[in-house]
Amino acid sequence: MLARALTHALVGLEPRRVEVEAHLQLGVPAFAIVGLADRACQEAKERVRSGIASSELDWPQRRITVNLAPAALRKEGSGFDLPIALAVLAASRQLPADALDRHASIGELALDGRIRPVGGVLAVAEGARAAGLARILCAAESTPEAALAGIDPVPVRHLAEVAAYLRGEREPPPYEPPPNGRPAREPPDLADVRGQERARRALELAAAGGHNLLLAGPPGTGKTMLARRLPGILPPLGEAEAIEVTRIHSVAGLLRPESPLVTEPPFRAPHHTASAPAVVGGGPGPRPGEASLAHHGVLLLDELAEFARPALEALRQPLEDGVISVARAGGQAQFPARFQLVGTMNLCPCGARGDPAAECSCSAQRLARFRDKLSRALLDRFDLVVAVPRPRARELAGAPGEPSAAVRPRVAAARARLRREPVRLTREADELLARAVERLPLSGRGRARVARVAQTAAALAGAERANAEHVAEALSYRAPSELVTR
Amino acid sequence: MSELAVAAFAAEAGSHVPDTPRTSRFDAFLRRFDERAYRARLAGLGLRFVGRSDGGFPPLLRAIHDPPPGLFLRGPAAVELLSRAAVAIVGARACSPYGAEVARLLGRELAAAGLVVVSGLARGVDGAAHRGALDAGGSTVAVLGCGIDRDYPAAHAGLAREIGEHGLVVSEYAPGVEPAPWRFPARNRLIAGLARVTVVVEARERSGALITADLALEEGREVMACPGEITSALSAGTNALLRLGATPLARVEDVLEAFGLEPAVSAPPEIGTRARRVLERLADAPAGIDELARATGLSAAELAGALTELELAGLAAGSDGIYRARHPSLGR
Repeated sequence: MLARALTHALVGLEPRRVEVEAHLQLGVPAFAIVGLADRACQEAKERVRSGIASSELDWPQRRITVNLAPAALRKEGSGFDLPIALAVLAASRQLPADALDRHASIGELALDGRIRPVGGVLAVAEGARAAGLARILCAAESTPEAALAGIDPVPVRHLAEVAAYLRGEREPPPYEPPPNGRPAREPPDLADVRGQERARRALELAAAGGHNLLLAGPPGTGKTMLARRLPGILPPLGEAEAIEVTRIHSVAGLLRPESPLVTEPPFRAPHHTASAPAVVGGGPGPRPGEASLAHHGVLLLDELAEFARPALEALRQPLEDGVISVARAGGQAQFPARFQLVGTMNLCPCGARGDPAAECSCSAQRLARFRDKLSRALLDRFDLVVAVPRPRARELAGAPGEPSAAVRPRVAAARARLRREPVRLTREADELLARAVERLPLSGRGRARVARVAQTAAALAGAERANAEHVAEALSYRAPSELVTR
Repeated sequence: MSELAVAAFAAEAGSHVPDTPRTSRFDAFLRRFDERAYRARLAGLGLRFVGRSDGGFPPLLRAIHDPPPGLFLRGPAAVELLSRAAVAIVGARACSPYGAEVARLLGRELAAAGLVVVSGLARGVDGAAHRGALDAGGSTVAVLGCGIDRDYPAAHAGLAREIGEHGLVVSEYAPGVEPAPWRFPARNRLIAGLARVTVVVEARERSGALITADLALEEGREVMACPGEITSALSAGTNALLRLGATPLARVEDVLEAFGLEPAVSAPPEIGTRARRVLERLADAPAGIDELARATGLSAAELAGALTELELAGLAAGSDGIYRARHPSLGR
């Protein structure tokens, strides 16, 4: 007696078709799962046995072998519980044999037979649709996510419900897409920032052009506060972008059931103790890292110079290509990671540099070590470098700044203009740039970066072409020589 | 009896030996010392030695009360470079951006006027002064506090190489002598001794630069100090010097006048009205962009452009978010 259920395993974000075969034979009752199942997957045995018993179905007193094919592919996690249970039920003739042919399934079983949601449903559902399956059985909480893949989701709460549905005894309630709720909490507003006109301007340029931004200054000047306000002035994600981001967040188990589709640019701020795999992704069956979770959004590295050097250097590939390839024994995975990098840092280890009210106590060696943390190559990726000096008390007591809602339309308009056609530099602008390359320490990459920022400045101003004034402004955001030269 | 033997003996003994010692240990050393072989080894390393009694030895240095037995030289320049009119520029290693800029400006202007810029290759003011002299294509001399074959600090190895190409690196210590804290004050007497005028740019209250200034005063040389903010620890030393009667250095010309030289004149570069407004404000005091925005009424974007214009014209420089007006002849 053999039966087969279908599901998909994920290698990174990529679904691979997995056939869950259950075979019952006479012999001493036993239950074995083969096919490179990891620990969580092996433990499915106990959950499946209890789940079936709790659903008033029969646990076959046979020698049961479950094979997850292809056997060479690593299977991870508890999402195989449901297909294993269904395959066992079908093999023991408790379900019609052909009922499983057109369904994919994914879900974790509770001991009482309830079905729990798991991560990665969107990617699995996309795999199921590509494989030509009509429907996917998944936990009720996962259905909005599965629906995004363009496949018919069958929301199920309990194994008994699944069995009844597959026997044709009852239809589960038709899937109704939920209204996509507002984001969990409103991002913080720019109105909270008083003064800091230059940093605000840089933030607006960064938002409009998708530029990487480095805020440097003494502690307590609002660098982190400013950085956290970048997502609030970014336009919402486009449809394709939203699906891409949702897929990654689904695999990481970060989706909120009340608004399954991620429509706002994600914002990730890993702590500076994060390891390189935590930042770029990794693990035995590779999982997305913070850089991928920030795909189409903002990756904030607060206290950039405190991060381990390997973690920072690992970011160079995604900053260049927008993709992270993680090679592991279990296979190679590609994670998209086209994020906007925002860094904050002090100007020296003691933090007093750049603060007129304090005296820096760092030795030259200590300062050199601190700056060595940031390789030239990484520093070169920041289009905008802004020193954030300590604001005067007068400014802090002043009126609130311009709110994010006022900045957002300008950013959106500039983005639209930049998307429509490339903004060219005027001849004067080109000449100024050439002169600057001669006079200032500016690399070839630096020159291209200045030109890009100038184009963004022009787009924000609604100008047809970037003129000398825009280039002059862009030049003022280059990395200061004390950070670049050693 | 050779001065080279004394210098080599000092290196071997690890001590400071300005005069021929009358000890049995030195006598024993002298018996096995092979001067020809030693000089050959020096030449192999690209080094030279000039003894105190040699004709090329700088007379000003010979005149101090404890001159070294001789100087080791690195670099192709003639020994006579050390006898030319020289100015010493010294100051704090952990100097402010302002101090570094003044040192570089002085190094550049004074070297351009034909003076030899003498300093100690240290970080901060010393390095900036050397760098300024090199910018101007002038001559500069670095006096080391360790063996002539060492680059200390290591971070200035590149600078030392450049100085070796266009000027001289000198030391009273033979190859192989390790840097030690007590050698640097001893080195400072050579810096003061080589120069007719010693300029202190920035110094804390207890600074090696003040030792150099004291030594210069003892030898009857002129000492000039740059006035600094009375609230800054980095100016405490220089301001104390001024109180004691050092000549205040307010313009580059002040130094040139001490040598009886004429300053070179250069035309101010052309800048736009917006940039001029910003420069006028910066001439009062250094300021950040937000402060300038309030003072000039320009937007952050306009200011950024104006400041870049000033920077390209060499009229202003930014560091850690604070912009300051700078002497136009400083270049970039």
